Amino acid sequence: MAQGDVNTGRRRFLVAATSVVGGVGAIGAAVPFVASWNPSAKAKAAGAPVKVNISKLEEGQQMTVEWRGKPVWIVRRSASTLTRMEALTELLLDPASEKPQQPSYAANPTRSIKSEYLVLIGICTHLGCSPQYLPEVLPSEDFGGFFCPCHGSKFDMAGRVLKGVPAPTNMEVPPHMYVDDSNLIVGVDEESA
Amino acid sequence: MKKLIVALLASLSFSSLVYGAGAKVPLDEVDVDIYDQPSLQNGAALFTNYCMGCHSLKYSRYERVADDIGIPHELYLEHLIFDDAKIGQLMEISMQPKMAAAWFGAPPPDLTLVARLRGADWLYSFLRAFYKDDSRPWGVNNAVFKDVGMPHVLLDLQGLCAHKPSIGGTPGIDPFSGQEVGASGCQSFATQGSMTPAEYDTAMRDLTNFLVYVGEPSKLEANAIAPFVLTFLVILFVPAYLLNREYWKDVH
Amino acid sequence: MQKLIQWIDERLPIVDAFEKHMSKYYTPKNFNFWYFFGVLSMVVLVNQLLTGIWLTMSYTPTGEGAFASIEYIMRDVEYGWLLRYLHSTGASAFFAVVYLHMFRGLLYGSYQKPRELIWIFGMAIYLVLMAEAFMGYLLPWGQMSYWGAQVIVNLFGAIPVIGDDLTQWIRGDYLISGITLNRFFALHVVALPIVLLGLVVLHILALHEVGSNNPDGIDIKKNKDANGVPKDGIPFHPYYTVHDIQAIVVFLFVFCVIVFYFPEMNGYFIEKPNFEPANPLKTPDHIAPVWYFTPFYAMLRAVTVPFLGLDAKFWGVVVMGAAIAILFVLPWLDKSPVRSMRYKGWFSKVALAVFVVSFIVLGVCGALPADAQPYWLAPVFTILYFAYFVLMPFYTRAEKTKPVPERVTS
Repeated sequence: MAQGDVNTGRRRFLVAATSVVGGVGAIGAAVPFVASWNPSAKAKAAGAPVKVNISKLEEGQQMTVEWRGKPVWIVRRSASTLTRMEALTELLLDPASEKPQQPSYAANPTRSIKSEYLVLIGICTHLGCSPQYLPEVLPSEDFGGFFCPCHGSKFDMAGRVLKGVPAPTNMEVPPHMYVDDSNLIVGVDEESA
Repeated sequence: MKKLIVALLASLSFSSLVYGAGAKVPLDEVDVDIYDQPSLQNGAALFTNYCMGCHSLKYSRYERVADDIGIPHELYLEHLIFDDAKIGQLMEISMQPKMAAAWFGAPPPDLTLVARLRGADWLYSFLRAFYKDDSRPWGVNNAVFKDVGMPHVLLDLQGLCAHKPSIGGTPGIDPFSGQEVGASGCQSFATQGSMTPAEYDTAMRDLTNFLVYVGEPSKLEANAIAPFVLTFLVILFVPAYLLNREYWKDVH
Repeated sequence: MQKLIQWIDERLPIVDAFEKHMSKYYTPKNFNFWYFFGVLSMVVLVNQLLTGIWLTMSYTPTGEGAFASIEYIMRDVEYGWLLRYLHSTGASAFFAVVYLHMFRGLLYGSYQKPRELIWIFGMAIYLVLMAEAFMGYLLPWGQMSYWGAQVIVNLFGAIPVIGDDLTQWIRGDYLISGITLNRFFALHVVALPIVLLGLVVLHILALHEVGSNNPDGIDIKKNKDANGVPKDGIPFHPYYTVHDIQAIVVFLFVFCVIVFYFPEMNGYFIEKPNFEPANPLKTPDHIAPVWYFTPFYAMLRAVTVPFLGLDAKFWGVVVMGAAIAILFVLPWLDKSPVRSMRYKGWFSKVALAVFVVSFIVLGVCGALPADAQPYWLAPVFTILYFAYFVLMPFYTRAEKTKPVPERVTS
């Protein structure tokens, strides 16, 4: 083997070129393997937006629908409940809903599109239990809301977390939109539709 | 050695003969094109209106079909989904297989993969091969699928052929009578349909095309990706070839 | 980087291993086209393992769910169709490259002393591969899956006395059912791949112990320079790594053309009846195994006469088994003083040609319905197939060989 007249520069270049192009190929080949882990058409169909008829929901009543395997609550709040909520600011961790626990259109004190209706994912932001609906009074409080039986977290009638409980943030508001006055779609909104 | 060659030649010629005779029923040929969206849309409409009463496409989803053949979801929901199915659901039917078996003797098969099982030519020929046969329970028989256990659901389109149609023939002129013979399809009808034979053939080509598409929707994706993959491999070959040549300069 | 390598090397001999198997593994410099198929088998093996693992993630191994889950993969899973076609095409590609790799062995006498163990490990790999392919083919649970498994499992029924009990034990049921599917699934995705990987390691370790053969069949270690490096040898790395990369790219091109445009390969890679779910009450019109099994299937069918009081079915199974078993003892059948076909005599050359032709003709016979071919065709070529092996000790000894050169020819 003649080692003398080896063009090292050319070799280095060709090794690099082959490695780079081959590397691009390896990344390309990884795409199907990575992409196949995305939710399949079946999972997407199962997690498709849910249409809910809210015309029969009475004041103070709560209904639950399933969306992507999670309980979604729809609560019709009375005028007195809404008034009571306004006075709770001092007791709440994030009263103005500054943390991104809701779509922008629900980043308001009532955390809703129409203040009468609350749409909420019924899962405690602490460790994932599903809180109870206690519209009259929460334990050792004088107003109603949601109480998590697992570790005692408390939320008001807008799903806002109280100070001094284990849950770190307000409960999540899912994307939703009104088709008309009596129908609501959970899982999709005007931004994504 | 000579014997061997003779035996080999014999075996080859035999096998080619056998391959030639492989197709049991002569079939009419059809050109399908899964990029012809108007044809696919017409096929989808025909399938939904005439076939889907009994035959499901249970491995396929409405949404995928709508997207691939270019029908907006709202239009598809409005015109091509008759039950309360959502767009993301599988194209199933409400007929219970057990009841269907009681009505037809066997449950009507799912047709998602029928084009891959039978082939486009078979489907196209089958759809055009129904004819009047009063000895059969549904009053019809099929020149491609003998004693088929289903009625001629497209009767109001095609009409009912009075005789067993010739399928897969090559048309020619009979030297004695001077008349055209051996042409495919039906020559005389017992009942007239709403379509002319030519219109019906086009419609059946659309239906076949749709079933070919539904059998393998990934074909669209495969055809779209393949040129990139193959071009990439050609590009990769260039440095790989030069690299090899460079190193092998050492070897004498 | 250098420090990291040193740190590891003090704890695990990676530098040593790299030198032993790559940069100081001296390989004959005269490898030709036929020497690509070993590395291509490795490429296909990696493809099968990766796509196989990914398919397992979406596949349902039950009689009720299997067929639908394949269509789920083909339609609902992103790129599922590609993973599936890579796997199904990979199965056929595996046999294609392995058959060519084996032919190379026959051509250049790579099985001869001292490479008998390499050949035997290779044959064991081939055997496991056949089991993998057979069990994998049941998993889509189509008509051909079902009836193919039915026919092959019933072969065990030909064994006298215990046959029927044995087939029932293999199936775990009175017919091929979801129970059978489940155990085949476990073997296909867990047990056999482990065995296969172990055998591949043994195959390569045994090869690197004695060194690679070459188209001249010369022992390059007999001719070393002052440093103890074979004069006709070049380090595997970088010379054959860069050589193989080219071949891999070309192979991938052909492979991808099939995967993207012809995954069914006109019914030879994915058979048409498999687009219909398994139905124990209805046999397809024509059952043929996938192309890579057809030569053996033809031999199975070729035996139609009872013998020694045992029925033809039994002898068919014996012939088929023997056709594979006889390959294992090949190293001891070849009595030729030379390895490569280049220096063997006319008898060996004709015998190998006859063998290859027999294998191909039998392959065609096996793919065709039994009544669509001359009745004598498969039996005659079965005899020719065996003649290659049985007569080998005689013709290799009788023929006049050419003198083998000292150094490899280029």
